[in-house]
Amino acid sequence: MILHDLISYEVLRVIWWGLLGVLLIGFALTDGFDMGVGALLPFVGKTDVERRVAINTVGPVWEGNQVWFIVGGASIFAAWPPLYAVSFSGFYLAMFVILAALIVRPVAFKYRSKRDDPRWRSSWDWALFAGGAVPALLFGVAVGNVIQGVPFYFTDDLHTIYEGAWYMKFIGLLDPFSLLAGVVSLAMLVMHGGAWLTLKAEGAVQTRARRIGSIAALIAVGAYVLAGVWMAVGMEGYRLVGEYVTNGPSNPLHFEVERSASWLTAYADRPWIAIAPLMGIGGGLLTFLGLRAGREVSTLLVSKMAILGVISSVGLTMFPFIMPSSSDPQSSLTVWNSSSSHLTLFVMLVATVIFMPLILIYTAWVYKVLWGKVTEADVSDSSSSAY
Amino acid sequence: MEFGIVELSRLQFAVTAMYHFLFVPLTLGLSVLVAIMETVYVMTSRPIWRQMTKFWGLLFGINFALGVATGITMEFQFGMNWSYYSHYVGDIFGAPLAMEGLMAFFLEATFVGLFFFGWDKLSKVAHLVVAWLVAIGSNFSALWILIANGWMQNPVGAEFNPMTMRMEMTDFFAVLFNEVAQAKFVHTVSAGYVTASVFVIGVSAWYLLKGRHIELARRSITVGAAFGLASAFSVVLLGDESGYSATHSQKMKLAAIEAMWETHDAPAPFNLVGIPDQEARETRYAIEIPWAMGLIGTRSLTTEIPGINDLVANAEERIRSGLVAYEALLEVRENREATDPAVTATFEEHSADLGFAFLLKRYVENPLDASEAQIVAAANDTVPTVWPLFWAFRIMVGLGFGFIATMAYFFYRASFKGMRFPRPALHLAVWMIPAPWIAAELGWFVAEYGRQPWTVDGVLPTAMSVSALSMTEVALTLAGFVLFYTVLFIVEMGLMLKYIRKGPFEDVEETEAWNAHHHARLAGRPTADAASQSDLKPAE
Repeated sequence: MILHDLISYEVLRVIWWGLLGVLLIGFALTDGFDMGVGALLPFVGKTDVERRVAINTVGPVWEGNQVWFIVGGASIFAAWPPLYAVSFSGFYLAMFVILAALIVRPVAFKYRSKRDDPRWRSSWDWALFAGGAVPALLFGVAVGNVIQGVPFYFTDDLHTIYEGAWYMKFIGLLDPFSLLAGVVSLAMLVMHGGAWLTLKAEGAVQTRARRIGSIAALIAVGAYVLAGVWMAVGMEGYRLVGEYVTNGPSNPLHFEVERSASWLTAYADRPWIAIAPLMGIGGGLLTFLGLRAGREVSTLLVSKMAILGVISSVGLTMFPFIMPSSSDPQSSLTVWNSSSSHLTLFVMLVATVIFMPLILIYTAWVYKVLWGKVTEADVSDSSSSAY
Repeated sequence: MEFGIVELSRLQFAVTAMYHFLFVPLTLGLSVLVAIMETVYVMTSRPIWRQMTKFWGLLFGINFALGVATGITMEFQFGMNWSYYSHYVGDIFGAPLAMEGLMAFFLEATFVGLFFFGWDKLSKVAHLVVAWLVAIGSNFSALWILIANGWMQNPVGAEFNPMTMRMEMTDFFAVLFNEVAQAKFVHTVSAGYVTASVFVIGVSAWYLLKGRHIELARRSITVGAAFGLASAFSVVLLGDESGYSATHSQKMKLAAIEAMWETHDAPAPFNLVGIPDQEARETRYAIEIPWAMGLIGTRSLTTEIPGINDLVANAEERIRSGLVAYEALLEVRENREATDPAVTATFEEHSADLGFAFLLKRYVENPLDASEAQIVAAANDTVPTVWPLFWAFRIMVGLGFGFIATMAYFFYRASFKGMRFPRPALHLAVWMIPAPWIAAELGWFVAEYGRQPWTVDGVLPTAMSVSALSMTEVALTLAGFVLFYTVLFIVEMGLMLKYIRKGPFEDVEETEAWNAHHHARLAGRPTADAASQSDLKPAE
């Protein structure tokens, strides 16, 4: 096969760096409101019927939304194998907690309504709460760790060694900056869940969702700005030094890395990337206003804009770094040293170009079929198949 | 054998994978059966077929939730517990997993919600399309997963890159059309169809025994038996196809399943039963079927199938060749700016055996320091423990033939005896419900345990594939999974039984109204043979 030479290795790497962002953002935009609704569930629904309304706003779509996460994970495996190997084994216990939360969530959606017993239902409500809030928090914590660098190194034959005691793979992750990043992520998804419920629910559920969502929007913006200030004044960044090739073999040990004064020097080098944090902050504030004003469709759109801005700001600020190593900077994973082979990236790109538009089309069709509010009458109808 | 991080990680993988596969076969098969039932409904408009679709669809949904939930673990476990594996073969192995998500899982998961929630929101035909998309998505999912798994059994279309210290894809279509993967795919989905058929027949038989839901149960058995019979033939035939492809790709697994220690003159006999003795390298009390093995394995009377002893001798040679590759590799890596072309040539000549040198890592840090005894020991390590494979395989095959017989019998009664089934047969059908699960789990056991000591056959030993984790971590997560999965399993079984006991929602009024209307219409026709026409599509 010579076809893959049509696109240079370097360009393919940048494309896949972008696609990684697309998948993570796709996950946050879609499954994000499912997790937000889960985290909001005990607070927006006081009665069983109200909770069922909230659950059924996401009932028919959460399953498809969750696939963004699965495909995100699989694409990291396929396109960035060292990143997959280092991060999943490095954040071992945290990954287990996320897995546990994500396993319990499908089951809770499906099984909650299958018995009338109030204790049964309230147990599953807490499962849905944890299934939404815990991953939302931990995803942010993971990003916080990645921004600061993670203590790992490669041996000569590229075994990954994560330094520190085993329990540090969980409690070691919970440093103040990472927790702040966790707050950004949790508050952002709660805001998004609030915006979704504003669109899909009415009455008391909607009122509560608007109130809590608007508070979450302010917290998200505040914590995000604080994290930015922290990165400006109190944190070193990383940079590649010496001569390096951007289309060479994926081996981190062929590169030289050292600490830089700050990640935010990227904004001096590439001022245009400032659009990302501006979208994040602006989107968050507009979501706050939209929720207060009771706007429905436009609030969900600005909430999406906020998420898009916040997540892409992380990637754009760190480029070309993907996962720096704090204990052995030379082992840091970058766009240039941790991708799959030229051929694999090309094959995967072809598959993505064919299937991603199809996915977007049929997903849009499903949302269109399900358009409209979920009401108390809908879930009370005994013949309906609602959760 | 010492029980270390490798064994614990393997145990965790086995537990989570086998647990996942409790739900997968039913998802594969029931999605198709439900779509078939809904097709009949759309073609005939008979309410009973919609009720069947909804009822079996409900059980499908309960099962599907756990299949999805436990599948997430599988997707992430490679990176968590098998990070060197992920690094070493991610370039090839990751691609089919990502394709599975893009092509299949998105389809299945996006439409499954609409299947349950869309009854009132979609036209009949649109809803039918949704049901089929769910079924197609589920089955395509299996295709990609088995392409990934097939590559572990028969790693084609890839070569080792000394610069990146990993396997890299050289030919995507070789990976895609890997003969092992294709045979495994049809074998696995057929096993899923058999599972769903046995499930549907068993549950329906229970209703008939209780005198409940007669109409629904009889029709369900008819659909299940027809579908199940075809699938049972397919599962056995494609199992045979897997065996045939194993003859050239996985000789050791085949010899171990067969407990064939010595190479036999062609055509080799098949050991029907016997007691394999690993120490003495012989099979005691073997009852042989002459020629059978040669015919199954090679489809010829003249091709030899190598026995275990010869394969071990071959492995020893490959270890020695692998050591040459390993030594050259170190040199290539050392001088990557200016490698001596002679060294590169040596490496390339021997690189296919590099994985065999890694087998020595169990004994020495640097394979080049291995003693003669260690090389011999490592060659012996390429023999998996024979007796579990020998027996697991035979029980699986026995069950496979049992499914063909049962399905043929129910198909005969359903087609030619007016859907009337004797009570002993119904009892048998109920008791048979667990059998396809046992067969499926044994099948995976044979496939994966038979591949040991490799994760990727001949390329990467299992012992080298693990993450650098502590025992505590893996033990903690293993305990977590076991606890968690046990609770979920109890909840799932409870719900399944509850909804089976509760039975389908039969709208009697609707059914009777439809029948009355239908008969009135038929009565208006000149043909008197109304009974035989009652299944035909009514004129709109």
